[in-house]
This record gives sequence, structure tokens and C-alpha cells, in this order.
Amino acid sequence: MTDTSIAPPATGTRTFDYGSDEALARVKRRYQAEGRFKLYGLLAVLFAGAFVFVLLADIVRKGMPAFFEHRVVMTLDLDASLIDPTGRREVDALRNGDYNKIVMDAWRANFPEVTQRAERRRLEALVSSGAADDLRGAILRDPSLIGKKLRFPVLLSDDADLHFKGLSTGMSAVAGNGALDVQVNGREVTLIGSGQPFATILADVKAGLLRDADRANAELARLPASQQGGQNVALDAKRAELTARVADLKRRAGDAGGAEMIDFAAMPSRIVRAEGAFIQLREIGPASAKGFLLVAPQRAITRLDAWTVTTFATPESNRKASDADIAWLESLNARGVIEKAFATRFFTSGDSREPELAGIRGALIGSALTLLVTLIVCLPLGVGAAVYLEEFAPKNRLTDILEVNINNLAAVPSIVFGLLGLAMFLNFFGLPRSAPLVGGLVLALLVLPTIIIASRAALSAVPPSIKEAALGVGASHQQAIFHHVLPLAMPGIMTGTIIGMAHALGETAPLLMIGMVAFIVDIPQAVTDPGTVLPVQIYLWSDLPEIAFQAKTAGAILVLLAFLFIMNGAAILLRRRFERRW
Amino acid sequence: MSLASPMVQEPASVSEPDVAAKVAARSVNVYYGEKHALKDVSVDIPARAVTAFIGPSGCGKSTFLRCINRMNDTIPICRVTGDITIDAKDIYDPRLDVVLLRARVGMVFQKPNPFPKSIYENVAYGPRLHGMARNKTELDEIVVGSLKRASLFEEVKDRLNDQGTGLSGGQQQRLCIARAIAVSPEVILMDEPCSALDPIATAKIEELIDELRTNFTIVIVTHSMQQAARVSQRTAFFHLGSLVEEGSTEQIFTNPKDKRTQDYITGRFG
Ligand SMILES: Nc1ncnc2c1ncn2[C@@H]1O[C@H](COP(=O)(O)OP(=O)(O)O)[C@@H](O)[C@H]1O
Ligand SMILES: [Mg+2]
Repeated sequence: MTDTSIAPPATGTRTFDYGSDEALARVKRRYQAEGRFKLYGLLAVLFAGAFVFVLLADIVRKGMPAFFEHRVVMTLDLDASLIDPTGRREVDALRNGDYNKIVMDAWRANFPEVTQRAERRRLEALVSSGAADDLRGAILRDPSLIGKKLRFPVLLSDDADLHFKGLSTGMSAVAGNGALDVQVNGREVTLIGSGQPFATILADVKAGLLRDADRANAELARLPASQQGGQNVALDAKRAELTARVADLKRRAGDAGGAEMIDFAAMPSRIVRAEGAFIQLREIGPASAKGFLLVAPQRAITRLDAWTVTTFATPESNRKASDADIAWLESLNARGVIEKAFATRFFTSGDSREPELAGIRGALIGSALTLLVTLIVCLPLGVGAAVYLEEFAPKNRLTDILEVNINNLAAVPSIVFGLLGLAMFLNFFGLPRSAPLVGGLVLALLVLPTIIIASRAALSAVPPSIKEAALGVGASHQQAIFHHVLPLAMPGIMTGTIIGMAHALGETAPLLMIGMVAFIVDIPQAVTDPGTVLPVQIYLWSDLPEIAFQAKTAGAILVLLAFLFIMNGAAILLRRRFERRW
Repeated sequence: MSLASPMVQEPASVSEPDVAAKVAARSVNVYYGEKHALKDVSVDIPARAVTAFIGPSGCGKSTFLRCINRMNDTIPICRVTGDITIDAKDIYDPRLDVVLLRARVGMVFQKPNPFPKSIYENVAYGPRLHGMARNKTELDEIVVGSLKRASLFEEVKDRLNDQGTGLSGGQQQRLCIARAIAVSPEVILMDEPCSALDPIATAKIEELIDELRTNFTIVIVTHSMQQAARVSQRTAFFHLGSLVEEGSTEQIFTNPKDKRTQDYITGRFG
């Protein structure tokens, strides 16, 4: 009532000095607290940012090699008798031509000195088995090439490719000093210098001996002490052997002039290069060395004035590419026939056991087909359910329970949906294993709650006044919703759908359950063909021992991330552009 | 203080009950769940006149208004009893199609709510829905005619394809009125149509209401007694869910019979 007189508040009677020291100190503390809080926030953001940056940088660094491949450009002699002996140019005959022989003949011609069978097999292993297929493809596209000579890029194997990507061994070259006299006996080479051209290398080797001695000593120290009464023959023998070895190593290390054998299991390899020749050093003295001719010189040599020593830092037995492999590749590189090119193959071929041939096409198509199924199932079902629940369903216990369970469903671990899919779609309905159809259905289960929740949120964000306006001019409930509410909710629904799809694209676990984890070379043509998806492909590759697959793994991750970024970007764009605020 | 009486510039010109009631309500009760929001309301609303509902906030004006086009049907917890007839036909008859009823009884809301579509589409939506135009020319005619009758055409004729939501508040409200009259309703319900508008826009709407009453039966809810006095011929005063008093606007503002009406219009509560 108006006549109630209001008593002044208790504090109103006291004066409060906002300028007092105490008050000022309180203000200062408040500012400090605020500053601290801002600092913590900033640190948290920086920390998260740095984390993301490091992660991305690492994946990019590891993944970039996957997008490039190395090839050797050679002139191939497209001998008609090998490709098309009948000469009728029938596609079937062309398909069965001996392209491998054409490629290998040209390849071996680069190194005529390689005659021994085991060595030849190593040499041939440097060319990818896909090279012949490439050539077959080229001939099938243009049969008129038959009988001609063709400059053709021949794909190298993964090990060769890794070498050029710097993943086999570190290499360093120093110029040799002084002229060398060369005696060649078959592939055996003796190099004799006028001064002591190999002294530094020898010193290195001797230093290695000392390290070996130390290691042997340490091993000796680790052996259990000999027991008082009982004697252990084996142990004593071992001890004696180690002691002798240490003594021997120390003696050899001390003898600066003594020649040493290179231990390829423990030491870097040293290669003398001159006149196109690659000589692997095997026994080194200060003034002379014995070696093995990995690659023959362009002309017979008896004396070398200019030569270099190349060191392959990783000991030969610790890497996949042998000294000979590297010598062959480097020799070709020096001849200028190695080319680095963008690996379109990575996007155009399916999975393969050969790392250099493996691509993500199969996984990409598999993902696309899977997501297509998911979308076709999810969008109408999700939006329909959302419209019904939001606009038509009576509000009662049943719909309450439904609503709670839809929210619960969104929180169910995805592997459970995989098990459900296995039990239902595969075992009960008997749908094909590993098929994008089943994968799509399982992911639909996973994404459906997300879409329903997002769609309901979008629908309820449309102000009721719009619906009332439509009802007011005589639209039916359904017309009001389908003409006005739903179109206005569409950007929100699309945003939710895209985010749901991005979620599905990155999902792995449930697909493992329904067998999309198989090794599948063929690219799926239909939703019932066996296939795999991008994240599962990544999972598969990450498990493989070949180093080249590590790059493929990171490369596939990059592609997946790119798609996720694009999808999420599209969602944000949609939201920015079309979602209106009332 | 008596601010109401001087505001009645023109006395109610339409004769009173000699015209048959367009809308007649008898013993209408409305419940929102347990809440008894409207208590035993009986009132006649004459044709081709403006009837104003006044009363303090929460007294049930909107509730009653929304009974007349059955907009309360959309509120699940809302229950309506009693009879409401338009042209002596029961509008709560289960055989009656509520959608057609709403076409006959248009509504303008408190906050302008044009569709986020073009001005043209806003007005054309209703006629298209009911198949009122056989071709584009006829539809154009309806749209232009409606905009003209809503005194909006001159302002928007060059930008019929612009977004309706891009207009000013007053223009938006007139667009909503055009949208309502485009389906040729007999009754137009307006729920505080000017409460979100500035005085100039309000004046325009009031002027428009005055013009429209030659063709339509208009029911307007307003919290402004001056507005009721300016635009209406009849006034009904609601209080706590009951209809307290109803009569010609002049009588209500100059000579209220009920004490509560008097208190309200003299500003003693509300
Ligand atoms: N949708 C609804 N649900 C529950 N109660 C409502 C609803 N709409 C109105 N009411 C109640 O009914 C009473 C009358 O409301 P209303 O008709 O909007 O009043 P007015 O328009 O006169 O301000 C108020 O007490 C209000 O709280
Ligand atoms: Mg109201």
C-alpha cells in the first residue's frame, strides 16, 4: 500500500568512505583477481592452441611424403612380340602382354655389371610391381605405341621411394684427398693412395672399436660374480671370451696403422664415388683400401684424381635399403632420370599390400557410400521424428520417456551400436558383411539421436508467433509447420545433420564390429560390395610394419581431417548465413 | 482524474443493439489446466464496429479473444466451455472446420509477426492457401487490394519482393493487417496491435482501424484506455477473468455503472 513509510536501510545511516585505504585495497585485489583470471584463460587457450599446432604439424610432416612418389624415367622398348604376339591388337591379348619383361629389361640395362642372381633380384625389387600395370594401362589407352620406343616413368618400390624421401639413411659426402691408384679385379677393387687418404676413416673405425670394447666391458661387469664353492663352466667361458675380446679390441684400436674390416652390422658404410662408380669400402688401411664395385664406372679406371667418400650413417643391416640399393638409386639420380611427382595414385587406387601402390580411393568411396546410406536413412527419419515430437506428439508420459531415451541414445558408446548392428543387420537380417549398406545403417543408429536433438532444437527456436501467424490466416497445423516452421528450422537442421555426418565420417569402432575392417583391394561399386571407410583404413595402415605405410597413414589422416574441416566449416557457414535470431 | 472523457472525440456513431450481434458469447469459461482464467463471460459483439476489450494485465482479454478464432485449441492444457456463435452458428461445433473458421476470423498479434518472406508472399500466402485466386493476375489484385486497404501500398509498391521483416515496426504491423484481410475475413481480432509501436505508427494503425470498420467486425484488445476511447464504439471491461461491464464506449468512459470500471478508467488500479 502507498501509505507504508519505508524505513531507511540500516547502512544508510552510516557513512561509508569509498576512498579509504581498505576500500582501495579491496578494489586493487579485485583488479588483481580479474587479471589473474584473464591470464589463466589466456594460458589455457595458448596451451590448447600449441597442442593442436604440434599435433597438426606432426601429422603434416609425416603425411606429406604420402602425396609424392618417385619414378625412374626410362626409354622402354615396346616390343610387339612381347605385347601382342598375334598382332591383332585385341584388348584381351594386349592385357596379357609381358609388360614386366619390358620394364625389367630396360631397368637391368642400367646396371650391366649386375649378373649374379641374388643381386639381380635385389635390383629388380627396386621397381614397383605396379610399374608393369602402369605400362599396360598406357598401352591399352593407346595401342598405337606398340613397336615404338617410349619414355615412360617407372614407379619405384616403397624402399626406393623412402630412400629419396630421406627415410633410409643419412648421407654425407666429403672430398677424398690425393689421387688413388685403382686395381680392378672383377668387382673387387683395391684403392692405393699416395699419402694416407683413408686415415680419418680408419681413425673413425678405431674409435668404433673402442666403443665396442667399452660395451664388452660393461657386459662383463653385468655377469654375476663367480660363486665361491660351485663353479659355472658356461659363465666362466663367457667371461674369458669377453675378456679376450676386450683385449683384442683395445689392441687393434691402439695400433693406428693396422687395417680394419668394416663391420656392416655396427658401422656406417663408406662408399667411394668417382667417375660414376660406387665402391663400397670393406677393408681399410691408412693408405689403401679394398672395396666392392657396386656400380661400375662409365669407363675403365686405373687412377682417380677426384673422388668423394659418402658415408651412409645408418649401418647397413639396420636399414631395408642395402648399400647396393642406395648406390643404384644414387647412380640413377646422378644420371638425372629420377623424378618426383605428385602421387595421384594415392587418390585413385584402392588398398594394396605394396605400400607404393596403396591408395585411399576404396576407403573414400566406401566412406561416401556409407555416409550416403546414413544420410538417406537419418535425415527423413530424424527430421520426421523431430517434427512429430516437437509439434504433433501429445505431451504425456510416453513421449517423455521417448524423449529421455533419445537423449540417452546419443550418449551410448558407439561400439554398442556396432554390436547391435552385428546382431541385427548381419545375423538376423542376413545383410552382407563389410558392406557400406550395413555400415551406413549402423552409423544411422549412431547419428539419429544427434539429428533428432538438433532438429528439435532448431524447430523450437522458431518463434511460435510465426506458427500463429500462419494459423491466423487459416493454415492447418500441418501447413503452418511445413510451410513456415520447418523451412525456418532448416539451416539449424542442416547444421546438425552435417555435424552428425562429420561424426559418422570419423567413426571407427562400430564398423570394426560389422567387418568393414577387412583388407579390400577392389573399390566398392555399390552399397552391398565389401568395402572399408577412411578411418578404418587409417587404423589398418597404422598397424602395418612397413615404414612407407606410416606416411600413408598420416596422409590418409590429413585427407580425413580435410573432409572434417570442410564439413564443420560448412556447418558454421550455414549457421552464420542462414540462422536467424528473433 | 478523468483522462478518458475528453478523449472521446467522436461519439459512437454506430447504433447499438439494433444491428444483430455478429459474435455472441454465452457463459464462456476457460481453464488453463486447473486455472480458471475466464469466468462465465457473455457478450455480444456487433457487426461492422470496433469493440475494445480493456482491463488490467492478466484479466483474460487475450484468452477471450483467442476463443473467438479457437486459437486456444493450440494450447493443449486449455479447455473452453460455453457457447460462442458467429452469425448464430456455433463455432465450437465439432463439425465445423477450425481452419475455415480462422480464415473467416482473422487475427493480428501483439508483436508484428510477418513471415520472413517477401512482402508479396506475406499477403499472398492466405489467398493461395484457400485457392482464392485462379491465376497470377487475380492474386496480384488481391495482394495489391489488401495492401491498399491496409494503407501500406504506397509505401511498399516499389519493393514488393523485399523481405517483410525489413519493414519498420508500424509497417510490419500494417503488413500483418493486410495479410489478415487478404483472406476476406468477416471478423478481425487484434491483440494489443500497437503495444510494440511508437506513437506515430500507433496513430496510423488507429486511423486504419477506423477505416476498416466499414467492412469488418473488429475486436481489439488494448491496455491503453485512450486507444479504446479513440477507436472503439463499444467497450468491454474485464477484471480477474470476469466481464465486469460492457456498453457503448461513450457510456463506459463517461458513466460507468460498476465501481471497478470507474476505478480502472480513472487510473486507480491497473
Ligand atoms: N498458455 C497459457 N497457459 C497457462 N495459463 C495461461 C496461458 N495463457 C494465459 N494464461 C493465464 O490466463 C490468465 C489470462 O491471461 P491473458 O488472457 O493473456 O490476459 P490478458 O491478455 O488480459 O493480459 C493469466 O492469468 C495467464 O496467466
Ligand atoms: Mg494479453
